[in-house]
This record gives sequence, C-alpha cells and structure tokens, in this order.
Amino acid sequence: MFRPFEVSLFYIKGEIKMNIEKIKENIERDLNNVPNTDILNQVKVKYLGKNGIITNLQVGIKELPNEEKKEYGIKLNTIKKFFNDSFEIVRTRLHEEEINQKLKEDSIDITLPSEAIITGSLHPFSRIVAEISDLFASMGYDIIDGDEIETDEYCFRRLNIPSGHPARDAQDTFYIDEEFLLRSQTSASQAHIMEDNKDKTPIRMICPGKVYRRDEDATHSHQFGQVEALVVDRNISLADLKGTLEIFAQKLLGDNTKIRFRPSYFPFTEPSVEVDVSCFKCGGKGCHLCKKTGWIELLGAGMVHPNVLKMGGYDPDIYTGFAFGTGLDRLAMFKYNIPDIRYLYTNDIRMLKQFDRKDDE
Amino acid sequence: MKLSRKFVSDYIEIPVDNHTLAEDMTKIGNEYDSEGKLLPATNLIIGKIISTTSHPNSDHLHICQVDIGTEILQIICGAPNVREEMKVIVALVGAILPNGIIKRTTIRGIESNGMLCSLAELGIEHKFLKDQDIEGICELPAEAPLGKDPISYLGFDDEIIDFALTSNRGDLFSIIGMAYEIGAIYDKKVKNICLNYEENEEDIKNYLTLEIKTEACPLFLARRVENVTIKESPNFIKERLIASGIRPINNVVDISNYVMLETGQPLHYYDADRLGAKLGVRLAQEGEKLITLDSNERILSRSDIVIYNNDGIVGLAGIMGGLSTEVEDDTKNIIIESAIFDPILIRKTSKKVLRSEASTRFEKGLDPNRTYMAMERSLHLLEKYANATIVKGMLEHKNITISDKTIKVAYQKINNVLGIDLRKETILDIFRRLGFTAHEETADYLLVTVPTRRIDIATIEDLIEEVGRIYGIDNIIGKTMTLPLRKGKYDKSDWQVKNLLSSLGLSETLTYSLIKDSEVAKYTADDFESIKILDPMTEDRNTLRYSLIPSLMMIYDYNHNRQNIDINIFEIGKGYYRKEKDYFEDKKLAILMSGNYYLSLGNNKKVNFYILKGVIEKVLNYLGYNNRYEFINRNIPQELHPGQSASILIGDNIVGLLGRVHPNISKEDLFVAEINLDLLKKIKTSKMKYREISKFPSIIMDASFIVDNNIDSQTIIKTIKKAGGKLLDNVVLFDLYKNNSLGINKKSLAFKLIFKDPTKTLTDDEIALVFNKIVKELQDKYQALLRDS
Repeated sequence: MFRPFEVSLFYIKGEIKMNIEKIKENIERDLNNVPNTDILNQVKVKYLGKNGIITNLQVGIKELPNEEKKEYGIKLNTIKKFFNDSFEIVRTRLHEEEINQKLKEDSIDITLPSEAIITGSLHPFSRIVAEISDLFASMGYDIIDGDEIETDEYCFRRLNIPSGHPARDAQDTFYIDEEFLLRSQTSASQAHIMEDNKDKTPIRMICPGKVYRRDEDATHSHQFGQVEALVVDRNISLADLKGTLEIFAQKLLGDNTKIRFRPSYFPFTEPSVEVDVSCFKCGGKGCHLCKKTGWIELLGAGMVHPNVLKMGGYDPDIYTGFAFGTGLDRLAMFKYNIPDIRYLYTNDIRMLKQFDRKDDE
Repeated sequence: MKLSRKFVSDYIEIPVDNHTLAEDMTKIGNEYDSEGKLLPATNLIIGKIISTTSHPNSDHLHICQVDIGTEILQIICGAPNVREEMKVIVALVGAILPNGIIKRTTIRGIESNGMLCSLAELGIEHKFLKDQDIEGICELPAEAPLGKDPISYLGFDDEIIDFALTSNRGDLFSIIGMAYEIGAIYDKKVKNICLNYEENEEDIKNYLTLEIKTEACPLFLARRVENVTIKESPNFIKERLIASGIRPINNVVDISNYVMLETGQPLHYYDADRLGAKLGVRLAQEGEKLITLDSNERILSRSDIVIYNNDGIVGLAGIMGGLSTEVEDDTKNIIIESAIFDPILIRKTSKKVLRSEASTRFEKGLDPNRTYMAMERSLHLLEKYANATIVKGMLEHKNITISDKTIKVAYQKINNVLGIDLRKETILDIFRRLGFTAHEETADYLLVTVPTRRIDIATIEDLIEEVGRIYGIDNIIGKTMTLPLRKGKYDKSDWQVKNLLSSLGLSETLTYSLIKDSEVAKYTADDFESIKILDPMTEDRNTLRYSLIPSLMMIYDYNHNRQNIDINIFEIGKGYYRKEKDYFEDKKLAILMSGNYYLSLGNNKKVNFYILKGVIEKVLNYLGYNNRYEFINRNIPQELHPGQSASILIGDNIVGLLGRVHPNISKEDLFVAEINLDLLKKIKTSKMKYREISKFPSIIMDASFIVDNNIDSQTIIKTIKKAGGKLLDNVVLFDLYKNNSLGINKKSLAFKLIFKDPTKTLTDDEIALVFNKIVKELQDKYQALLRDS
C-alpha cells in the first residue's frame, strides 16, 4: 500500500534554502507509485493544497530579502512546473488505464443473437408480378387488375371462342352460373380494355393476375397466375412482338436469353406463335430442364385477331395489335428454381422465409 | 395424332429422316410429343424350330433347337404353341426388347441362347393384339426367309411421329392432309389416291330410302355393297392401323378405319340386312334410349344426333353405332354411311359418351369433298380386299355448297403484319407449295384460292399466317418499337403494403380462392351470400372464399403440425360474394400472428393483441388514415375471443377486424385480422405534405386518472382531446396500473398531455385553465379521479 512519505523541508529562519533536487526526487517518488486518481488527488493536495509543500514555499517567499526573491521565485516556478507536468503525465496514464479497465469490463459477446422482430418475406409470385409490372410500366404500359369473376362473353366469345369451339377443351372452366365463371385466362382483360377505351386510342397494357382451371397435377394447379399483354396501334407487326418479347425474356431470365417463334394456334390471335426461350440453365446446350432441346416453351402470342379488334370497337383495317400471355407460376419457378408448382401454394414457413431479401438485379 | 411414315409415304416423298421431319413439321406449327420406330426392338432374326424336347425339370418348358440360317441355337421356350418346323422370331443374345436385354442363361440346368418371341414381346401394345399373340409365340408363314429381319418381313419396320396438333388443323387428322403439309415443306407433289371400282346393275334405291330430318346433318351419303367376305386384313392394313393407334378387327371394319385415317372422313358401316329399308337422321327426344356397340344403355337428350331405321334409333351419329345393326362375322351386305354432322353437337355428345377417333374428326370439321372421296375409297378397298360387289347408285342428302374460297390480299399487308419484306415472287411461291392457287389481280393485290380441305382458312390474316409459317416465322427479326412515350397507369399500393408488412416481420403467403363451403362464413360477422362453383373438382374447393382468414388458418395448421414456430403471415387477395344477380370481389388484407414476434435472448416477446393492433395501425397510418380509425368491441364473429377482439372503424365504415382466435378453436395464442382494402380505398385520404414545426416549445404534463375498469382508454382519450381543444397537441397513454389499493375494479391510466400553441409560448395559467377543464370533464362524465403526483 502506498503511504504518503514524511515531508522533508529545508526551512532556515531568515533564509530559505531550497534543495530543488530533493523536492523533485520526492515528487517523482510520490507520483511514481500512484495507483488511482484518488491517491493522485491526495498527492496534489500534499503539494498544492492549502497547506501543501509548494504552497508553503510560495508563502515563504515574502520573508526573503528582496535580492533573493527573484532567484527563489524562479526555482519555485521550476518545481511547480515540474510537479504539474509530472502530475499531468500520471493523470493521463491513470485515466487511460481506468478507461481501458472499464471498456474491458463492459465487453460483451458480440456473437450472441441479435434482438429483433422476426424476419418477414415476400412471396415469389408477388415478386414476379412486381418485376413484370415495373418493366412494362417503364415502357408505357398500363398495369391492369381485372376481375376474376368473368362472363363467358368476355372470357371466350369476345376472344373469338364461340360456344362449342374446340379451343375451350384446353381450358376446362369453373362456371358459377350459365354466364358467369372464374376467368380461365387473363386474356379476358383484352376485351374489357378495348371496350372501356371509348376514344379508341392506342392501347398498351398488361394484366397480371389469378386464373382458374379444372386441372391439377405436378405442373398444373387449379389456380395459377397469368399475365396478358395487349398492344393496339397503327402498324404493329409480328417483328414488334418479337422485339418486345426479347426485352421481356432478357429482363426476367438474363441478358443472353434468345427467343424463338414457332407457328401455333389461338383463336384470338392470327398469326399465332408459340414462343420458346433459350434454356437459361444450360445456355442452350441441352440439359434436363429443356429436355435436351436447348429451348423452353414460355408463352403463347400473336397478332390480335381482326374479329377481336372488331368486337372491341377497333377497325382492323386501321389498327393492328399484338397480344401475349404466359404463366406467372412457371416464371417464378424458373427464376427461383422451384421444382413443383404446388410448393408455391403450400406456404410452408420454411419455404416462405427463403424469400426474405431483395431481388437480384 | 400418330403419323405412320410408311402410310404417308404412299402419298408424298419424304426426303429427310424421321427426326428431321418431326422438327421441320414443328417449325411450321405442328408440334410433336415423341418420334421414333414403331418397334424399337433390335437383334431379331427369323428362325425355324428343327426340334423340341420337353425340359426334364419342368412341366411346361421346351428345349428347342432353332436354325437361324448361319447356326443352330438351343433356346428354352415356355410357350404352349411351340412345335417343330415352325418359323419363329428369334431374339438373339444381346437383343434389346421393351422388357429388357436378352442374355445367355441357364434355365433349370439347361443352357438357353436367346428367346422365341410373341408379338407382344416385340413391343406391340396388348390392346392391338389377339389373345394368342400375347400368350403364344408368333408363328410366321412357312415361306418367311430364314436369317432375315422379322420386323421388316411383317411390315412393322415403320416409324411414328406422335403429333400434338392445334385444334384448328382438323385437316391434319388425315394421311392426305399430312401429305400436303409435308409437301409444302419440301416442295413435293402429293400423289393421287386410287378410287376406282366396278358397279353392278342394281340400284340402291330399291333397297334403301334416306330421311334427313335435321339441319345438324348437312351432308349424308349412303351406298350399298354386297357379298363381302369377312376375314383378317392384309398385313399392311393391320400394321398401319396399329401404327396409327387403332386395333385391327376384320377386313371390313379395318377398311372403314383405314379410309378414315387416309381421308380424315369417318365412315359407318351397317349390316344392311339388319338395318332394313330406311336410314334416317334426326335429333333425339329427351330421355330416348339406345344400346350402343359397347353394350351400354345410353339415355339421350335433344342435343344428340341419332341415326334411325324403321324400328327406332340404331346409332349415335358420329360417335358410336348401335348394337342391333353392327357388322358382324356373318354380315353379307353393308350400307356405307359417309356424312358430316354438326361439330358442336357432336362435341357435346362425345363429351358425354365417348371421345373416339371418329368424334374427334367430326368435332374439328370436315371437308365435304373428302366425304365423297372417302365413300369411293371405301368402295375401292372393299372390292379389293373383301370381294364386295358394289351396288349402283348413291343416296345423297346435300344441304351445303362445296366451293373453294377465294381471298383477296394486298402484298403489303402481308409484309406489314409480319414485319418483314418479302418479294411478290416469294409469296406466290409459298402459296403454290401449299397447293393454293394464287395470282396477281393488280400490282398490289393477290387473289388466293384455298382448297376446301383447308377449312381453317377464312381471312386475310389466315393467309398471312400461312406465308409466315412456310417462310419460317422464326426468321422474323425482332424490332424495337418506337411508340410515343407515355406514363402507364400503375397502382403500386398493394406491393407497397406487402413490403411494409414484410419489413414488420410477416411473411407473404399465396392461397387458393376456392375453399370448402362450410368454411366460408367463418371469421366474419358480415351477412353475405357466398358463391358456389357449379361443378367443383373436389368438395374441399367448392366455394369462393369471402374472408382470407380461413385460408391463413389452414396454413397455420399445416405449419403447426410440422413444428414450424413463429407463424406470422399475411396475404392480399380477393374475397367474393353475391348480391342478388351480381357478383362482387373485394381485395382484402388478412394477417395471422402467433408465437414470438420480438426475439431477444431469454426475453422473447410473444405476439399479443396489442402487437397485432400495432401492425394494423402501421398499415392504416401508412395508407394515410392516421387519427381516423378506432377500435370497437362490436360485431365480433363467433370464431374470435369476445373480449379480445375488435372491429376497425373509420367514420361509419367497419373496414376490418382483428382479434384472438376463440379458445374453442385454438388453445394457442393465435391472432388474426382482416382489412377490406377496396372499402378502404373508397375513403379519401389527404396528401402527404410538410407541416410547419412550431418554433415555440411544447409543454408536457403527466397526469394519472383513476377510473372504473370497464371504461376503455379510447373513451378517456377522446374525452381528454375534446376537452383539451386546440391547445392540446397530443395525448399519449404511457402507463396502466391496476391494484386494489385504488379501489375495487379501478384502474389508473397515466397520460402525457402535450400542450402547444403554434403562435406563442404558453403560460402556466393558460395551461392550468385547459388542464382543469380536462379534469372536470373526466370527473363529470366518468367519475375519474386525478391522482396526486
């Protein structure tokens, strides 16, 4: 333990002699072993306090003869400065030590789990809808949210699929009465948009949403998503459709994606095409996903059938247009590598939580 | 549609292999599912059994010595029909058959070097074979050449392409139609079909009268042949039927099918003696009955087209004949029917009764010229392969005009729509290859005559498609459109709410709109009429949901059963209902919360009512409804806890609900909520705008009031606000304290009262005035007691 030493002072009546070296030694010894700021402050009191050594020396100065006062004053100042400097060094050192000690004591296990609200996530289906909507909105398309309860007229007849048409076979539909049904294709939005546009001005729109068919297995769900696109304007051609689909496919499946047209048949488009994209998994070399063909069937498209234009109030001699439609579930499955459509509707929390981050650009 | 390459080669030269043909057909719009040899079996050879002895260790196996031309093989065979001198199909060691690879083996101690095969073992489907071809080995004719390939000897050396044709191309459901299509690809000419035959001097009119009583039969032809010999068909007919997916029966039945395959026109043969003197067509009466060929009794309706004779109905037109007039082994004389029936009615009936090769073709529509052609082809083949005598004359009902279509089209229109630049010559050449006649009418216009076989072509656009697909639709190069810039309509609010909720720790789900009818009325206090599906797939999904909460509850159960914890989910979807004759769909947001919400080591925060309420408030505030909603304990559905649930009110509208799931339903702490977003959208919000921040300090006072337990805090706050007037900027409830020392059934509510005047610094006196008013008001209305602070 530290114990303050006895004061050694040279004080001769009528003449003060100060052994500077001795005092310095004492100051050094006193300050050297100071363990904390409390003791340090005691040392300060001992030298600079009311009755401190240096204070007393200062008091003694007035008893000196005038000719000695100056020299004595200088010596005293040297001692004072020495004390102050030494004191400051120790004070700083102690302060640092104490801070470090405190920091050490306050250290925590930074690897412990965080405190936070649980993690939320966005469903792959919504993500695809948002991505497609953003893309087409940026190209000046309206994003339409059509009704799911439709009429036979808008879902079929206005799309050039009269009652009894064989094309209805591919879409076994849920009816709720003789005329009303659950839409089996988002194409139903085409007729509405054309009809609702009273000025018959050009149209650019997509309609993403849910559709329903009486069909269910590993690749089909009785409820699934589709997006329909419709462009009606003067001088729209199949080449315009291809250019648009190239942008669409490249945005969704990667910049190197190529598309391929094959002739096909849909009652509401003529000419009609089936559109394949180069396999994004193998880059077209052939793999399990593309069944070794290098191509994956993506969507159906074509030039809007003149009957459909006419029924929508557009003169097919002036206007042409293109339309395409594709399955959103399939796109989500492609994009996020989901093997079975039913996983999208199972809602296992362990699956949902995997979609908790921003999408890759 | 299975295409036999041998069959179509009768009519067109194919300069490429089968795979290339399949790919080339795909490029012009005729997709295929599969392609390959009819019988892919390998290493087969024709052999002759020179001796058989019984296997010493078996009661049914035979040890055969088989001469295959180059050597004698010892083969063990268990077939009952094995005998010496028999010509057989030998699968050599190494042969690949549908059921596996043939190996040298020892069967019960005796070596066997191969296998003697039945037709079934070669890979011919059982449904095409007779029982003896499945159970016994195939016996080849004595003249079969030793050491040669038995598949080509039998004529089964065929290749197949199984097409998935589009529904508009009914013409491709015929070998001849396929020949035209292939001819267009390779620029080859379709060969003529042989239609010649001899007639006798009698007249069909002496045997039969025709009576067509319906518009649904625009064309009906009938002829009579006599003295047919019913036997097995020649191999080539059997092979082509099997290759096309049709079971051979006997020469007469097979010829009717063969002609249908060639021409696309289904035929029906009646036993003339059983049919009698009249053949009629009419629509059935409701409830009439018929026993069809398959021995089933059918109850008919007014949309079924039927064939009748003097005794009644004898067949379902286009679908299936009746049992009473069927051609059988003892049939001598035949009436041949070649007709066109209304495709839509046929479709309706066939959906109900049977989808057959015939009904498929009727449904897609037929070329009337082929109706005549099929009749003549049928007569030609019956004369040739069934020794038929052909009675002179044809009964004919014709209520259609048969003519080629002529369409006028501008060259430029073709190029404009396709977005390419083809020369006139190229376009003309494409039409020529398709077998259309095209010539220039003027410098700008073309006249194109389309043969009747292409019933799918009616408009200019159809012709443009023909040019596109033969030119190669994929040769079109994509263009970047130059359309005027415009701002698309795009409401992103759903997506934004989804983002908010996912940031608040909830996971978005996707569920089905169709649920079980018994679930529909749950989790809502609304009185509504639900919407049922007419023909649901399953009873579990027979009704459109009104609330999304039952769907989220199912997800909860699914995850709970899998030990998944902290199930905090939401979904935006539609709820559906009917009002009188109209149907409505409202967009709704549903939330389900359970388990932990805030995770903290040893100190997790579990979901409770107030956390869910906080989430709901965040959503409502985010959508711009701050300070406009209130929660009231009213209209609580019976699935929710009556004391821990609320309706969400904005003005007079209940826009949603939230609450704890009733303990009778779940023992867990389970909370659900739903907001009708469409209803909410109708309530206008003000725009988000900057509000001036007061330069003068606000003064905050804490005050606690003791009130009865049953008075809710919202009521007190409302009273404080009303009494506080303009100077009271905000009231925050920050503590709730219950203790008997306060009095029985009392609670203490501690508020921060924030006073502010935007125009000046408030004085103590001004505040005291307001504060006293608040205290008095609470005292008067609710006997609230201000606690000493």
